Amino acid sequence: MALSDKDRIFTNLYGVEPWNLQAARRRGNWDGTAGIIGKGRDWIIEEMKASGLRGRGGAGFPTGMKWSFMPKTSDGRPSYLVINSDESEPGTCKDRDILRHDPHTLIEGALIASFAMNAHACYIYVRGEYYNEAAVLQAAIDEAYEAGLLGANAAGSGWDFDLYVHRGAGAYICGEETALIESLEGKKGMPRLKPPFPAAVGLYGCPTTVNNVETIAVVPTILRRGGAWFAGFGRPKNSGTKIFCIQGHVNKPCNVEEEMSIPMRELIERHAGGVRGGWDNLLCVIPGGSSTPLLPKSVCDDVLMDFDALREHKSGLGTAGVIVMDKSTDVIKAIARLAQFYKHESCGQCTPCREGMGWQKRMMDRMVEGRAEIEEIDLLESITRRIEGHTICALADGGVWPVQGLIRHFRPLMEERIAQYKQRHGDPEKTLPMAAE
Amino acid sequence: MSNGETAAHGEHGAPGDAHGAHAEPASFSFDEASEAQIATILKRYPAGKQASAVIPLLYVVQKQMGRQTGSTWVPRVGMDAVAERLGMAPIRVYEVATFYFMFNTKPVGRYHLQVCGTTPCWLRGSDEVLRACKDAGKLKGYGDTSEDELFTLSEVECMGACVNAPMIAVDDDYYEDLDYDRTVRLIESLRRGVRPPPGSTTGRQTSAPEGGPLVLTEIPHYDVAAAPAAGKAEE
Repeated sequence: MALSDKDRIFTNLYGVEPWNLQAARRRGNWDGTAGIIGKGRDWIIEEMKASGLRGRGGAGFPTGMKWSFMPKTSDGRPSYLVINSDESEPGTCKDRDILRHDPHTLIEGALIASFAMNAHACYIYVRGEYYNEAAVLQAAIDEAYEAGLLGANAAGSGWDFDLYVHRGAGAYICGEETALIESLEGKKGMPRLKPPFPAAVGLYGCPTTVNNVETIAVVPTILRRGGAWFAGFGRPKNSGTKIFCIQGHVNKPCNVEEEMSIPMRELIERHAGGVRGGWDNLLCVIPGGSSTPLLPKSVCDDVLMDFDALREHKSGLGTAGVIVMDKSTDVIKAIARLAQFYKHESCGQCTPCREGMGWQKRMMDRMVEGRAEIEEIDLLESITRRIEGHTICALADGGVWPVQGLIRHFRPLMEERIAQYKQRHGDPEKTLPMAAE
Repeated sequence: MSNGETAAHGEHGAPGDAHGAHAEPASFSFDEASEAQIATILKRYPAGKQASAVIPLLYVVQKQMGRQTGSTWVPRVGMDAVAERLGMAPIRVYEVATFYFMFNTKPVGRYHLQVCGTTPCWLRGSDEVLRACKDAGKLKGYGDTSEDELFTLSEVECMGACVNAPMIAVDDDYYEDLDYDRTVRLIESLRRGVRPPPGSTTGRQTSAPEGGPLVLTEIPHYDVAAAPAAGKAEE
């Protein structure tokens, strides 16, 4: 059963209608905002917990619980909400549509969430490349100020609230919450050690919660329709609706808001026109943005699109960027290009990541050619294990998972590539730089 | 300070490397338009936290250079102006300017062609888009600026427009759903001084599937006339 239009939160996902306040109100935004805030902080957080919403930025942490970590009373320091719109995970372009087509759902959510966390100010950190999207968001914010929905006594709620847009400047690492905070403070985007967690010491040393755009933008609708309504979609602990970005070798790539736990095959066939050349032409799918390990067709046949189902197959929902590859794909090259991405984006702070991402990329480049020894596949795998879990942030983990997924599911192909190379070039000089490159 | 100078020069190359018209300028000062932007920007951050404005102010420098010289880049003297304005040590500004990829620390051509080559775009034919950029822009490869200084070609990492792959960004504008021919046409248009409207080059409705949305065919609407809406006054 597919999601029906009346149950979609992002009713202007494709920008068919204007983004402005008047059109947004007609779509139901800003309806009774003061009443929601009037129900109080505890009610909002309890309702968010009841909705089962898990963060939409990739990690999937329960949102209501995250909010409850914020101090209930101030020790003199202000609290901040920071909205992560640094959307940079390859395969992910959902927040972009919210910013440019449905900005008022985000702005209203920012007000409510900030109130729930005792924050009078919120920054939306938008990736620098989204120049035009940030301009729309800023115009929507200006419009909201003019209408009294932001500023003193925002939306008649009695809560004073200021909302600011801050553009980044092209660094994937700034999607990591503490790197984002560093960047917002005017520094290089290098992640901080945790603890202390941002809820204790975040932006400017103050209690801070960092939430993804989609997470905040679904808040007003959840509170208007009730946590139970949202929890009614998807499987338990995986509830709600979700924007999926379906791309790669499908007939009609698109974004679509669907029910969580929808079967992957149904998602691709119903909304994206199916796999190019038919379902049997499918090779594999990266289900949740570049960091999530690929899944071979045999898994894709009946896997569900949610946190737990994908995790059972050693992958993840991540940001729900569904990257489809058909049988024409050189999958080793596709993953090698991701290794190049992570090498490029490593901030350089931790040695295993700074050195390891380059090492991994160079080995992967040889694997694309087959210019390697069979044993080096194990060596490559072992290198990824030595990087994983040995860094301050999760960039390096996300950087090695794609390669681990490739080895897990396509080792025979890698071996075949090496054998072919040897056939063409003769058994190569054993002088090959065994990974020490 | 001497470290900072060395680092900055190391990153940016000697001024002589640049094209004649775009050599490292001797000085930089914010013009009137930039000053107006700076006044707006600084209001966003709490007192004493003006270092937060370093990225926004570097953008202001880059844009002003674009207005004044036709090349959107950040010379070292521009970084110094930012440092002075925000009360930061110059090295802190150099660090930021060189950490983030969107600041051009060398002059670029009038149009900065940024080809996304990450896997989602690569699967949809970004190699062809790159080839078209080289052919039509008369560019040797990534990092090259054309002889006429119209185009600079860069490879960028995922730009977040993956369901409209492959794509390039020309300065701040995305051009999507490209192939070889449409990329050539785009670049020829830029050569004539005409920037086509950004977005899909096939006329697709943003991120909806080709042929039009399959969902949201009936967007639910509410009667806002009854609500005390700003919208009502506009009607």
